[in-house]
Amino acid sequence: MSNMSGNLVALHTIVRREIVRIMRIWTQTLIPPAITMTLYFVIFGKLIGSRIGTIQGGFSYMQYIVPGLVMMSIITNSYGNISSSFFGAKFQRSVEEMLVSPMPNWVILLGYVTGAVARGLVVGALVLLIALFFTKLQVAHPLITFLSVLFGATIFSLAGFVNAIYAKKFDDIALVPTFVLTPLTYLGGVFYSISMLGEPWQAISRINPILYMVNAFRYGVLGISDVQVGIAFVVMLGFVIGLSIVALNLLKRGVGLRS
Amino acid sequence: MSPSPALVVENLRKTYGNGVQALKGISLTVQPGDFFALLGPNGAGKSTLIGILSSLVNSTEGDARIFGVSVNKQRNEAMKLIGLVPQEINFNQFEKPFDICVNEAGFYGIPRKIAAERAEKYLKELRLWDKAQDQARMLSGGMKRRLMIARAMMNEPRLLILDEPTAGVDIEIRRSMWQFISGINAAGTTVILTTHYLEEAEQLCRNIAIIDHGSIVENTTMKNLLSKLDVETFVFDVTDLPNTLPSLPGISFRCVDEHTLEAEMPRTQPMNTLFDAFGTHGITVTSMRNKTNRLEELFVRLVENGRQELSKEKVA
Repeated sequence: MSNMSGNLVALHTIVRREIVRIMRIWTQTLIPPAITMTLYFVIFGKLIGSRIGTIQGGFSYMQYIVPGLVMMSIITNSYGNISSSFFGAKFQRSVEEMLVSPMPNWVILLGYVTGAVARGLVVGALVLLIALFFTKLQVAHPLITFLSVLFGATIFSLAGFVNAIYAKKFDDIALVPTFVLTPLTYLGGVFYSISMLGEPWQAISRINPILYMVNAFRYGVLGISDVQVGIAFVVMLGFVIGLSIVALNLLKRGVGLRS
Repeated sequence: MSPSPALVVENLRKTYGNGVQALKGISLTVQPGDFFALLGPNGAGKSTLIGILSSLVNSTEGDARIFGVSVNKQRNEAMKLIGLVPQEINFNQFEKPFDICVNEAGFYGIPRKIAAERAEKYLKELRLWDKAQDQARMLSGGMKRRLMIARAMMNEPRLLILDEPTAGVDIEIRRSMWQFISGINAAGTTVILTTHYLEEAEQLCRNIAIIDHGSIVENTTMKNLLSKLDVETFVFDVTDLPNTLPSLPGISFRCVDEHTLEAEMPRTQPMNTLFDAFGTHGITVTSMRNKTNRLEELFVRLVENGRQELSKEKVA
C-alpha cells in the first residue's frame, strides 16, 4: 500500500471517529447551540429588534444579526469540538494511539480540523434553519457564503487545536472561549455595524479577526459588509496559514504530547 | 546477507528537562524471532527506553533501529514495524473494543474491511469477542489489558513490545495471555517483554537484559543468567522437627516453625546428601519448594550489587 493511500485511510479513520463522537453525544454537541441561538433570535431579533427597525441596507435588525449569529455558532462549535476532543484524547492518553502510528502529523491535524469543521457546519445549518422560522433570507453570494463559513470554521478549529495542545487540565480549554473568544465575538460586529462606532473604537475593531469572518459571511448572505470582502479573505487566509504552521510545528516538536 | 536484527539500540541517552538521567548510554541488540525480557526495578529506565522505541519520548543522544530502520531518521517507516502494549490503559474508554481495534488499524493505513476481519480474529483469540460491542470502560482490568494486546496486533507487527502486560491480572488470565503471546512469538513475531513477574520472564523469554539506574547491568541468555545462581534456598514442609538439625558442609538450615525447615545450599551440591541426612535424623518431608523464583533471586542480587557500587561511587 502506498503512503498516500495509507494516509487517506488514516485521515478517513480520524474524521469518521470524530463524526461518530459528535453524533453519539448529539445532546451536548448539536442541541445546546440550537437552543441558545433560538433564544438570541427571540430576544434580540424579535423582542428588541422590532423596536430598532431597519439597520443597514434596508434590512431588519433580525435579518442583520442572523449571519453574525450563524457565524458565532460555527466559530464556537468548531473551537469547542476540537479543543475538547483532542484534549480528551490527551487526558485519556488515547492520543498515543495516533502518536505511535506511522501517520504523519498533517494527517492528525487535518483529521481533527475536518471533524471540527463538520460540527461547525452542521450547527451553522441548524441555526440557519431555525432563523428561517423568524425571518426571510435570500443568499446573495452563495460561494462567498460557503467560503467564509469554511474559513471561519477552519481558523477556529486550528486555534482550538493549539489550545488543546497547550492545555494541561480541562480548565485550560475553558479559559480561551470565556476570556478571548466570547468578547471577540460580541465585539466582532455580530449585533451591530462598526460604522455605528466612533474612533478609536472603529480602528480597534478592525484588529479583531472575527469582524472579518462575520462581515464576509454577512456579505455572502445579505450583500452588505463593514469591511472589503477581498481584505476579509486575505486576513482569513493569513490566519489559516499561520495557525496551520503553528499547529504542525507544535506536533513536530511534540509539545505537550511527547516527553 | 544476514537479516537485520529486530532491534539495535546504540548509546541511547535520555535526560529529562528536570535533569533526571533516565538512560545513560545503553546499547542492546535483539535478534529476529527472539522472546526478550527487559527487566529492572521501578524507575530503572525501561519505560523510557520503550517510549523512545515507540517515538513517544525523544532521545537526547543515540539511536534505535527496528529491523534496520532508524527511529530518529525514518520514524514513520519504523513505526509500521512495531506494536506497543503500554503499561497504562490508553484507549478511549467510551469507544467499543471493536471500534478501538478497527480505528487502530486505520491509523496504520489498513483498509476498514481488512481491519474488521483482523479485529474479529484477535478479539476472538483473546476471548473478548462477546464484549466487542460494549463500551470499553465496562470491561474488567484483565479484559482491558487483553484489549490492548489485540489492538497492538492490528498492524501485525514484526516487533511486539509489551510493557508489563499482565500487571494486576489474575493468574488464569495471565496464563492465557502467556499462551497467546507465545503463539505470536512462535509464528515469527519478535517479542520484548517487561514485567515485574519474574516467573513470567523465566518461563517465556530466551534472552534477557536487566536495566538499573539507566544502565544495562546484565545482558545475556536466560540460561546463562540462571547458571550464575550459585546458591538456592529450599523450603521443606516436615511432619516433626528433631531437637538437633543435620549438619552438612556448605548447607545451612533454619527452622521457620515446628513444621517448616529452610535449607540454603550450593547449586552444585546433590540433593541426595540432603535427603540422606533427613533420613538419618528421622525427618519426614511432606513437600518442598524453592523459597523464591530463581530469576527473582538473581535479579535482587544484581540490583543490590548495582546499588552498592553506586553508593560507593557517591562516597568516593
